[in-house]
Amino acid sequence: MSTPPSLLVEDLAFAYPDGHQALFGVDLRLERGERVALLGPNGAGKTTLVLHLNGILAGGRGRVSVAGLPVEKRNLPEVRRRVGIVFQDPDDQLFMPTVGEDVAFGPRNLGLPEPEVAARVAAALEQVGMAGSADRPPHHLSFGQRRRVAVATVLSMHPEVLVLDEPSSNLDPAGRRELAEVLTGLPVTMLMVTHDLPYALQLCPRSVVLDGGVVVADGPTREVLADADLLAAHRLELPYGFDPSRA
Amino acid sequence: MGAGHGGPLGSAYVARDTVVHRLPAHVALVAVVAFALVVVATPVRAAWAPAYAGYAVLVLGAAALARVPAGRLLRGLAVELPFVVFALLLPVVARGPRVEVLGLSLSESGLLAAGGLLAKATLSVLAATVLAATTTPQDLVRGMQRLRLPAVLVQILSFMVRYADVVAGELRRMRVARESRGFRGRGPGALKVVAGTAGALFVRSYERGERVHLAMLSRGGDGRLPAGPALAVPARTWLTGLALPLSAAALLAAGMLGA
Repeated sequence: MSTPPSLLVEDLAFAYPDGHQALFGVDLRLERGERVALLGPNGAGKTTLVLHLNGILAGGRGRVSVAGLPVEKRNLPEVRRRVGIVFQDPDDQLFMPTVGEDVAFGPRNLGLPEPEVAARVAAALEQVGMAGSADRPPHHLSFGQRRRVAVATVLSMHPEVLVLDEPSSNLDPAGRRELAEVLTGLPVTMLMVTHDLPYALQLCPRSVVLDGGVVVADGPTREVLADADLLAAHRLELPYGFDPSRA
Repeated sequence: MGAGHGGPLGSAYVARDTVVHRLPAHVALVAVVAFALVVVATPVRAAWAPAYAGYAVLVLGAAALARVPAGRLLRGLAVELPFVVFALLLPVVARGPRVEVLGLSLSESGLLAAGGLLAKATLSVLAATVLAATTTPQDLVRGMQRLRLPAVLVQILSFMVRYADVVAGELRRMRVARESRGFRGRGPGALKVVAGTAGALFVRSYERGERVHLAMLSRGGDGRLPAGPALAVPARTWLTGLALPLSAAALLAAGMLGA
């Protein structure tokens, strides 16, 4: 039997309790080790989709499974280990008094023994280039460093899929490049929600465009970004002077 | 941004490497609370003045050992000011036999009570100031967790330590935004604007709380903050830390026996 896809979303539809329907039947399949960008204008349903991947939102139509494991109530602890979400504001993600304790939060929730927790914290901080920062309080770090530590807080759980919400937002150019170097070196399946189209091209061979709660395009990033009509129809715009065929 | 360890809260911390700084937070916490209890248990009578003087020597000795600057100690005493006002009123309003001081008729028992209140408050606040100057807010929270204080209380403090800086930053940005559009902050009209700011800050903080909760759930959180391994503290460290309250207790016991 072949290995199941890292992430499988089938016919997912969801309406919020206030009646607002955000997703109208989304299908998405991410193979192991793929890096995929999730593009789309504000209000397209990207965040709603992301919150379904680890079972924060549920109860609509359709199915989600992570490496073959269905996202349902009895599987939630394992699902949340397998799906690591890095939220947009690192100050929301880093809530413990020190970096080390924050990176240890997930592994400790998994009930791992302390020596294993310590090893994972060290390894995760090393992976994001923040080794030796374990004892620092998060507010002493630069914004870029905090973003990278936020990535470490989910890496320490050894996720199957890494989901990043606007990873390049508010980063200075050097911080943006440093994060890209960290992300390309990670051996995990990755789903990156972003408005930063050049970043999507740089990091993700494949892009999925979501708009109005449905997938409207799915293909190689270079082709998606070269389709001017598609971009225009879904409020996506390349930065001035940026030519995806030359990048 | 953050001044010293722990942002605005951590400005109390004086970074040094002394025997007092090296004490584990929970040991220092127990020492200060025990010292305060001894001070509070000491009777308020003129005959006990030497004991109070002894306590003062002890706590100032600890401050000297920790190399806490005198200015820092004085600033720590500022929290005592409301008690000082109350203490100054006591001799005037209390009843009983009265004495003349500088032409004022003051109550004898009131004077004694005021003196006792001032002495006890000053000594306890000094000890707490030394604790704050030698322990980072993060370590204090960890110490409380280790002493098994109620988990909810410790979590609230922990989030306060973590987010004081973030909320202060938001408040500062809102103030800059206000003033950039010509707001001057005077008169009754200003009150409305400031109240609006407070409301906006509350809503923002509430929403941040929701996002933090989401981030916790996403990493398998179940409402608890798991603590790391607790290193065993050798008896000698406890003895070092408790030297302050033990000496104070010895003074108290000597006074009791002498009386």
